[in-house]
Amino acid sequence: MSDFETVAASENQAARRGPSGEPGTPNQVGRPRKPRSLAGDAWRDLRRKPIFWISLLLVLLVTAMAAVPGLFTSNDPADCVLSRQHAAPSGGAIFGYDFQGCDTYARAVHGARASLLVGALSALFTGLIALVVGMLAGYFGGWVDAVLSRVIDIVLGIPLLLAAIVLLKRIGSDSATVRVAAVIFVLAVLGWTTAARVVRSSVITAREQDYVAAARMLGAGNGRIMWRHILPNALAPAIVVLTIALGSFIAAEATLSFLGIGLREPTISWGIEINNGRVHMRESATPLVVPSTFLALTVLAFIMLGDAIRDAFDPKLR
Amino acid sequence: MFRFIVRRLLQMILAFFGTTLIVYALMFAGQGDPIQALAGERPVTAAQRAYLTEKYHLDATGVGGFFYRYFDYISNLLRGDLGESLTGRSIGDILAAAWPVTIRLALIALAVAVIFGVTAGVLAGIRRASIFDNATLLLTLLVLGIPTIVLAPLAQYFLGVKWQVFPPTAGADPDFYALLLPGIVLGSLSLATALRLTRTSVAENLRADYVRTARSKGLPNRRVVSVHVLRNSLIPVITFLGVEVGNLMSGAIITEGVFNIPGVGFNLFRGIRTEDGPLVVGIVSVLVVVYLISNLVVDILYAVLDPRIRYE
Repeated sequence: MSDFETVAASENQAARRGPSGEPGTPNQVGRPRKPRSLAGDAWRDLRRKPIFWISLLLVLLVTAMAAVPGLFTSNDPADCVLSRQHAAPSGGAIFGYDFQGCDTYARAVHGARASLLVGALSALFTGLIALVVGMLAGYFGGWVDAVLSRVIDIVLGIPLLLAAIVLLKRIGSDSATVRVAAVIFVLAVLGWTTAARVVRSSVITAREQDYVAAARMLGAGNGRIMWRHILPNALAPAIVVLTIALGSFIAAEATLSFLGIGLREPTISWGIEINNGRVHMRESATPLVVPSTFLALTVLAFIMLGDAIRDAFDPKLR
Repeated sequence: MFRFIVRRLLQMILAFFGTTLIVYALMFAGQGDPIQALAGERPVTAAQRAYLTEKYHLDATGVGGFFYRYFDYISNLLRGDLGESLTGRSIGDILAAAWPVTIRLALIALAVAVIFGVTAGVLAGIRRASIFDNATLLLTLLVLGIPTIVLAPLAQYFLGVKWQVFPPTAGADPDFYALLLPGIVLGSLSLATALRLTRTSVAENLRADYVRTARSKGLPNRRVVSVHVLRNSLIPVITFLGVEVGNLMSGAIITEGVFNIPGVGFNLFRGIRTEDGPLVVGIVSVLVVVYLISNLVVDILYAVLDPRIRYE
């Protein structure tokens, strides 16, 4: 899958210009006969896509759920009474109760926070590593590129799930903060390579542009050229890749928690809920189906959002 | 070509030492009691402690001791001696029993991906922007987006427990029918990616100059598609499927765990659950090697299949 993502994501860079890269471009002037930019074209394309709006809505919904779970449920997810084991829906618990007598819906709602936190922070750190590595490799070329590209090759050659198992087994602590930090660290350390390749190739394209040569002739240093002239070009494709990566990081976190090496109780995570629900699915299936649906919809929303934006920016696919 | 293979081989050896060093360093070295770290939260008996100390030369200290033990681990790994799990079974025996099951499962998954993914991909690529194309795109997006930990238990619940179309779990020595549902679940991800890859590749090649030439010299459409377009379009698909063979063999942890299939992934799943450190390290080491080798084979296959690619 990563090969496919890389191919598809790098395809659209060749034909892309930075939407706000060049200083002095009359972006805000809005003359009536001005030809539309690629970003404007993409936006027109996106606006007409129902998938874009549906996934955007889902993303906003999950974000709200993570920020203010009280908006969606007033029940306490930690309020578990065994006498309510697998009880029918009642009093705000619209999906009934699970094996431990906890409110299934409340637990699923409160699970959004951990998932989104891990996904967003992993994507953020992944993005930072990818930008630094991709920028250095793409801008300086030569031996820097050779060394960094080999590092990318090696990290890309490590299977994510296996490495995460090895790394996380070292974490003995059961403290919630430590485990969340560890999962974020592991996903960021193993997951930055695809984005770094995308950044590297867009930096290489941008480096050869006339305005970069012009900036250099005006006496701009490497740092300024990288920061002001090349970074804006590399940022947009990286953000698209990272949106998709955010979805897969959420899935990876849930998978690790499902296996029992990611987050642990009392942290509420969809992965743990799914695993618990799976064990008792013959008695009652809702504790399995509800968190599964939440997780699948969240991951799907991010992946579809990234996919839609990428398609809109890819003129080859029109 | 020869130089490329040699260079790629050297790169793989580098990656091999890199990854095994990481696996080793993380599992055994570092602060604290390495034996307790291996055993996790379970108590370690004196006999186990003595066995592990002797096996991994834990009495040697310092950086020299670390590399001594690392070298030991590598040479054991290369000789196929993986030691014993905490329950006392030889890990080599466990793996020998598990591999045939995992390979059968992977082949079923691969067959599902090839038969449905490539066929539908070719059709979607030819009829680009048709209803069929859009429907398959949406479906594959769904499949790509739904994590295995959702797909596997739900498939098991609905198809296995509720409607009883398939046996819900496989159990010891599973037959073809018992492996079919896990195979479909495992293969669905590869199916979706193979479909999208075939579609893009076919659609792109249909616009190529040589296709126009073939059309203008009067070849029937069937021949243009089946000979000229397919030949070029399937190169990326074949390499992708090659990578998938490696992934399917090592990546079936969740599927095998959920469906109770006694393969390699299931043993790893159980090893993690029961905090069996040596079992986890042994299986992960072997899987990493399988993964690296399959990647190597695919890279070489790629260069052989597509003469336009030259790595000199």
